[in-house]
Amino acid sequence: MVKKQIMPKWFYQMASPKWCYQISGKLLPIFSISALLLLVAGVIWGLLFAPQDYQQGNSFRIIYIHVPSAILAQSIYLTMAIAGGIGIIWKMKIADMVAYACAPIGASMAFIALLTGAIWGKPTWGSWWVWDARLTSMLILLFLYFGVIAMYSAMEKPENAARSVAILSLVGLVNIPIIKYSVDWWNTLHQPATFTLTEKPAMPVEMWLPLLVMVIGFYCFFASAMLLRLRNEILVREKRTSWVKQLVSES
Amino acid sequence: MQFETWLDVIEMGGHGLYVWSSFGLTVLVIALNVIVPLNAHKKIRVSLQKKFQRENNS
Repeated sequence: MVKKQIMPKWFYQMASPKWCYQISGKLLPIFSISALLLLVAGVIWGLLFAPQDYQQGNSFRIIYIHVPSAILAQSIYLTMAIAGGIGIIWKMKIADMVAYACAPIGASMAFIALLTGAIWGKPTWGSWWVWDARLTSMLILLFLYFGVIAMYSAMEKPENAARSVAILSLVGLVNIPIIKYSVDWWNTLHQPATFTLTEKPAMPVEMWLPLLVMVIGFYCFFASAMLLRLRNEILVREKRTSWVKQLVSES
Repeated sequence: MQFETWLDVIEMGGHGLYVWSSFGLTVLVIALNVIVPLNAHKKIRVSLQKKFQRENNS
């Protein structure tokens, strides 16, 4: 019996590690060069040219890394959980590898968000840390990433942990709306969201434009770092195939 | 530019330590996220090459 294809063709192509390795090699320079240009431009713009905040002074410039890293930490988590889910449902090896590649990058972003938040909190709130809903839910996100990484490293091969990791990340998804709405649901020191899809930004254009550049730059950085890890993982897991043999012996 | 001199840029009106340490640590973490997989890639290639050579010889 011929299996009926219920998903578009690219979905099945994506399942081929060889195809993924080749296409990611073409995408990598695009993302990494964009990331470099956007991040350099955004940092110079944010540090030197954006006006200072009338209340917070220059410490507000930390926003240009704090907000992008916090957004990324959540987006990467979402990517990891969805990839894990696809891995379970369609038994797609590449999806498992994507989830595996996401975890350390997401943990780095959550770590940066918490660290820069603490450094920003000291001059602004007078305290490095408060047990506030936003900060605590973000800390839980970091611990979820640690849990995922620990589960992978507990197994001899990361592919053996794919299923349990996917279930953990899907359950942990409940934390994402909690992070997002924590500033609305609870009284908090943390200021509300700078960017929303429905409203105009609460800051002048000279302040939020460099922030937008940084956010896009961070996304491009994530794409680059994820593809680097994904390609390594493809080589390791597909080392018995003839195309990997050919690729490695050609170089 | 928002600052008169480069010294002002470093001091950031008294917030220099906070701002520069944040940016410095972020650059470090981002660089690590690129350097570590790049190094791993080289190692994987070398070890696979050796493995395939051994298999061809035997």
